[in-house]
Amino acid sequence: MSRRLPWGAMARMTGRRALAAVPVLLGVTLAVFAVAEASPFDPVKAYAGTAGLTASQENLDQLRHNLGVDRPLLTRWWDWLTAAVTGDLGDSSVMRRPVADVVTERLGWSVLLAVTAFALAIALGTLLGVLAGRRRGGLLDRAVSALAYTLEAAPAFWLGLLAIWFFALKLGVLPAGGLTDTASDTVTFDQVARHLVLPALVLGVSQLPWFFLYVRQGVGDALDEDPVRGARARGLAERTVLTGHALRSGMLPMLTLIGSRVPEVITGALLVETVFSWPGIAAATVQAATAVDFPLLAALTVLATAAVLLGNLLSDLLYGLADPRVGFDG
Amino acid sequence: MAARTVRRATAATVTGALALATAACTNPGAGPGGSAGPKDSAVVGIAYEPDTLSPLLGYGKDGNSKIFDGLLALDADMRLKPALAAKLPHVGDGGLTYTYTLRTDVTFSDGEPFTAEDVVFTYRTILDPKTNNPSRTELDALKSVEAVGDDTVVFHLKYPYAPFAERTVHAIAPAHVAGKQDVNTGAFTTRPIGTGPYVLTGWSKGEKLTFEANPTYWNGAPAIKKFTMAIVKDDDVRATRLRAGDLDGAILPPNLAAGFDGDKGKKTYAAKTYDYRTVTLPTHNPVAGDTAVRRALDVAVDRRAMVDKILEGAGKPAYGPVPTDDPWFAEGTERRHDLAGAQKILDEAGWKPGPDGVRVKNGVRAAFPLWYLSGDKLRQDHALAYASDAKKAGIEITTQAGTWEVIEPRMKTDAVLAGGGSPGDPDFDQYLLLKSTLAGDGFNNMAWYDNKTVDRALEDGRRTADDTRRKAAYDTVQRELAKDPGYTFLTHIDHLYVVNDSWDGLSTQTEPHDHGLAAGPWWNVETWQPKKTGDAQK
Repeated sequence: MSRRLPWGAMARMTGRRALAAVPVLLGVTLAVFAVAEASPFDPVKAYAGTAGLTASQENLDQLRHNLGVDRPLLTRWWDWLTAAVTGDLGDSSVMRRPVADVVTERLGWSVLLAVTAFALAIALGTLLGVLAGRRRGGLLDRAVSALAYTLEAAPAFWLGLLAIWFFALKLGVLPAGGLTDTASDTVTFDQVARHLVLPALVLGVSQLPWFFLYVRQGVGDALDEDPVRGARARGLAERTVLTGHALRSGMLPMLTLIGSRVPEVITGALLVETVFSWPGIAAATVQAATAVDFPLLAALTVLATAAVLLGNLLSDLLYGLADPRVGFDG
Repeated sequence: MAARTVRRATAATVTGALALATAACTNPGAGPGGSAGPKDSAVVGIAYEPDTLSPLLGYGKDGNSKIFDGLLALDADMRLKPALAAKLPHVGDGGLTYTYTLRTDVTFSDGEPFTAEDVVFTYRTILDPKTNNPSRTELDALKSVEAVGDDTVVFHLKYPYAPFAERTVHAIAPAHVAGKQDVNTGAFTTRPIGTGPYVLTGWSKGEKLTFEANPTYWNGAPAIKKFTMAIVKDDDVRATRLRAGDLDGAILPPNLAAGFDGDKGKKTYAAKTYDYRTVTLPTHNPVAGDTAVRRALDVAVDRRAMVDKILEGAGKPAYGPVPTDDPWFAEGTERRHDLAGAQKILDEAGWKPGPDGVRVKNGVRAAFPLWYLSGDKLRQDHALAYASDAKKAGIEITTQAGTWEVIEPRMKTDAVLAGGGSPGDPDFDQYLLLKSTLAGDGFNNMAWYDNKTVDRALEDGRRTADDTRRKAAYDTVQRELAKDPGYTFLTHIDHLYVVNDSWDGLSTQTEPHDHGLAAGPWWNVETWQPKKTGDAQK
């Protein structure tokens, strides 16, 4: 790999994508405000909770005014947008705290979960994919493929409940939820590590089939191609043929997959965090949505959208690097 | 010989290794009352999570908030006793002023002294319209509050309000901390500082709240040093975690609590409550608003069957918001289940059976819809049982599920299966439920009940401090409600708690409808005593 990286082209593509992201983000936030407005949930009732059932109408009207939800939709969106641009994300009504606090406190845990799960899915998916692709139709291939198709169809929350039932309730070897043990109030490394296992496993396994199937296909096809046959004919070791030739071209489609799986990981995390009471962003999204907490919901949606756009950019950059024929046209 | 020795040694090694492995697998905190000695920590599972921990936003409004204290507190028999106040208040000016003398030896958990300024700050902030406090209505009678020196606070009321002292169990926030932040979103709402028996050490939203004993608590440091409230919304998961030893106690529905009956290491506590389920019979519905229909339904309903079948015995028939065993209950207002009587009332009022069995009067079919909160199994069961009882009397009730967003706009004409109940004073429930001027005000007086005699008695009951006159007033309300039952009260529901038998001093108070942090045998966890090791090992 003595080839120099085409920094200029990459930067130009990044810039173009960043510009294109602006209208996308604007549209998404407006859509979030509009959808939340149209939802049957009432932010004032969600805020007041049980106290709202005995509060006077005057009290509730005052709350509606204080929370600012009595103003027209476009005014609220514009106010939120202009404040957000200056760095003020507003206050979350459901958390009773500034949105920025909620996000910074939870983002790390979500990233930890998503990255662990993603790494697991990629590593395990690639390994199994190569092994299965090498001998297509073999016992391993048939067993893992069948399992992969089943997992592809299984919803993440169902896998989560199944995992809790088996590992936490039947075997009792892993905690069923939370970030730390119930009786402990300090966050220690080994506790978090133990509590991370199940959610990361479930999220990772739910993403694994796609990586497995792509790699299996890619490696299988590559093994039939001329360069590989040539390599074999030259008497190279099977190991070299596999890693040096088949894997490199077989892995190409997986690079696009990494980017396009980001939204899936985010929605998967939404369900997995809820099932495992993992204190991350996704769990807060569910709360924000049911409580019609406009500022928090908008901030989290922007975050998710940005993650998806970044994922796409990353996969396009990687693809351009790995396969010079594709280039950086965006 | 040698071979046998080797085998024996191997067996011993394997057994030892297994024992070690087993020991390593057990959760170190999980052995309640184990050989480690008296247990000075407790983990309990609850279904409810507070929205905020700031008293200024409504936390601790009913007292007993662990982190904070009120001026007064309620004891096990629901009698007021002084807490941050040195003695019960002096009521003057015909019930318009309440004067509290404060304790002078109290400090907040950050070391700052508690003074009259904190009391004034707390109540003034709550009254401020800019504070997003949804429970402000409860302090409706309060006009102003002022400090006289460092240790006296005077409350001025808009009108004489007999139960006002009950409201001053409200948690008091420190002015020197909370006063410097945004009241609605400041850090204080999640990291509170108070004078209470416990200090919050962590709040992982949706997961748990953890507390540590306040070593300098003015009423003596608690013997339970660590207290954790795990928020587990699902009943089955809570029961499983209690069985697994992850929790020391939990609130459970009757069927799951029954599963622990044979467990000698655990005790079940049934708390009496004001928690009622009722059917609103809206005045503006031509059928449900008819007095004959209301009275017929009131006797047609089989409350005992509901208690036995739906609540599995954990509850009582209800005839009004006041439970039958409460001192405020009007003796003789119980109604017998009497289907023949119901039919007679309807016949006499001119509701004649139509061709399909449903009664008709002047072309109006005796039919109306009954809404219940979707997903609430308990309300659904009550609604279905009510509809089936009504059908026997010839009244057709269609049950429908919906969220409050769907139900609220229909409350003026459609019946709703509602729940509620605030112990402490008969005024709390009855005024909001029955006062005609509150008809359609939020979720108050959902049935648009309108009865002049009741209105007068309700005013009389809250404005006089004389106990005999108050008792007479609420007797009048309950008797009028029996004559014109604009609500069919069905049941009062016991709350069941299963707790490890590792501590002494557990009891339950009379509990409200919503299971706040204050409810449960842990209402007084600060006075629990760990049992001696020998006692706990049974």
